[in-house]
Amino acid sequence: MRTLRFLLQKEFRQIFRDPSILRIIFVMPMIQLLILPWAADYEVKDINLAVVDHDHSDYSRQLVSKITASGYFRLQDYTASYQSALHEIEKDNADLILEIPASFEKHLVKEDKATLFLAVNAINGTKANLGGSYLKSIIQDYNSEVRTEWIQFPRFSPETQIEVTSSNWFNPLMNYKYFMVPGILVILVTMVGSFLAALNIVKEKEIGTIEQINVTPVKKYQFILGKLIPFWVLGLLILSIGLLISRVAYGIVPAGSFLTIYVFATVYLLAVLGLGLLVSTFTSTQQQAMLISFFMMMVFILLGGLYTSIDSMPEWAQVITKINPVSYFIDVMRMVILKGSSLGDIKYHILTVLGFAVFFNGWAVISYRKRS
Amino acid sequence: MRSVTVNNIIKRYGTKKSFTTALEGVSFEVDKGELFGIIGPDGAGKTSLFRILTTLLLADGGSATVDGLDVVKNYKDIRERVGYMPGRFSLYQDLTVQENLDFFATVFNTSIEENYDLVKDIYSQIEPFKDRKAGKLSGGMKQKLALSCALIHRPSVLFLDEPTTGVDAVSRKEFWEMLKKLKEQGITILVSTPYMDEAGLCDRVALIQSGKIMTINTPEGIVNAFGKKLLAVKSDNMLQLLNKIKACPGVADAYPFGEYHHAVMENGGTKELSAYLERSGKAFELKEVTPDIEDCFMALMKN
Repeated sequence: MRTLRFLLQKEFRQIFRDPSILRIIFVMPMIQLLILPWAADYEVKDINLAVVDHDHSDYSRQLVSKITASGYFRLQDYTASYQSALHEIEKDNADLILEIPASFEKHLVKEDKATLFLAVNAINGTKANLGGSYLKSIIQDYNSEVRTEWIQFPRFSPETQIEVTSSNWFNPLMNYKYFMVPGILVILVTMVGSFLAALNIVKEKEIGTIEQINVTPVKKYQFILGKLIPFWVLGLLILSIGLLISRVAYGIVPAGSFLTIYVFATVYLLAVLGLGLLVSTFTSTQQQAMLISFFMMMVFILLGGLYTSIDSMPEWAQVITKINPVSYFIDVMRMVILKGSSLGDIKYHILTVLGFAVFFNGWAVISYRKRS
Repeated sequence: MRSVTVNNIIKRYGTKKSFTTALEGVSFEVDKGELFGIIGPDGAGKTSLFRILTTLLLADGGSATVDGLDVVKNYKDIRERVGYMPGRFSLYQDLTVQENLDFFATVFNTSIEENYDLVKDIYSQIEPFKDRKAGKLSGGMKQKLALSCALIHRPSVLFLDEPTTGVDAVSRKEFWEMLKKLKEQGITILVSTPYMDEAGLCDRVALIQSGKIMTINTPEGIVNAFGKKLLAVKSDNMLQLLNKIKACPGVADAYPFGEYHHAVMENGGTKELSAYLERSGKAFELKEVTPDIEDCFMALMKN
């Protein structure tokens, strides 16, 4: 116990003496949490639209003004030739082309039916997809508006219409920041928990101080605990700073209790610290540890459900997310912050992550040899 | 009781198929309170040997004891009572001088005050800089700090792996003075060095080459065992001279040695060699010299 106390004292002294670690701990979360959520925006706005109007009728003008009034589209070009509109797409000035055929109005009025042509620039997949579907729903809206205008009588509309209204549970305003900020915070805690710890241990190997420790009576578990406890504390500290920033900057107040978050984070940090320890046993220089960390971080982020929904991933990728501790924490954070889940709701998450903790730490301790 | 015994230690690196042998059956014994030097060039196996004795490395064969304890079975007890100073400076560079010493004292369950008398001579020299970070010390001061940290728990055996490599001549001399004082305290000291001139400062030395010990003796004993006449020759054209000496019958070996060439005579002496060299008509200077450890090392290596 006494030895452990001195090891911890030494460790904290070194951590707080290293300006780069301090910067990572305090400045990184601020920058990431204050800037990234604004950039990681799912909403697509300012879609550039080119309209090719062969009709120049009242109805076609009505349609175009309805589209531009929605606020999502910017009318970039209004021409009479498809070629020139396509040219705009080639120059990347337009994302969508809406072609209104000649006699659009005539067909609509006389034959009760008219066609429109929509061409989408699919280089930016998300923008094309969303832009296309926005435009479709606006046109649909326009369609039904035109219809109701015509069929004023009789009282009961002969047209059967199903109107769908939706309400967003747990995030009524669909504020994506409520959704992104907890996720980014998880990534931060993971980075501190696993990779800073791994780098710290590997540094001792690289400089050779581990040799000097190894010839002392310091025991294996003491050395490991001396390394893990400081980063466990730092992880919880980062989490607290992050929650404070999300409160102050985004007004995010967890619907659930802080206790639930901290209980889970405590267990979660054990798991990622074990992972860091494992990385450190398999590497001998900080550079190696760094590169492995980068690789794992990419996998964690892209297969963790931070930016893309896990449910929409292919089957095999969903299997990988099951062995990704980050995906559990992201899930828990969203559940607790948005939905107000309690400890009972996340018990399977806790148990799974506890399993990870036992597995990673067990493996790391076995492969960590004080004597080679 | 012997302080250190090494019995037929073997160490290999690499896989079973392709490996290099670092130690090929090394055996020796060191008495209590002895200053024992292990002298050999880089790659001779000195560090491997030290790492095995300090329980950092497992040998592939043979056995060894330190302070009467087996290095494999009782490694935990050995760690309590040996001091190890690795060849590379491996203290915490971001901790101060005082913090480093304090840290190593506490992990050994002792304190600076308790053993201050032992490290006083050494530590007092760096004490004025005790609040400076270890990474900011000069080479010689780092050396002193590392020695202080290795001594702070009053070890019974001290292992110093190439302590004087990369240290200036004055600091080297000082360092050996310090070792002599420590020896008076009854601490057994094993020191490895690639510098042959340091052999004379040890009580006994082992000359090691390619994982094998060539000889173990007192420095005087090694020199006395040389047993052949040694001549030093100098002229204007040294390369030509070396070839000529090598061609002379009766010369066992010739090699450059500082500003002279040393010629080891199989038979004959000054007269024979000078007669041979005079035949070429070039001026030269020839004298008989007493061999030192380096000459002995060269001779042993040839066998």
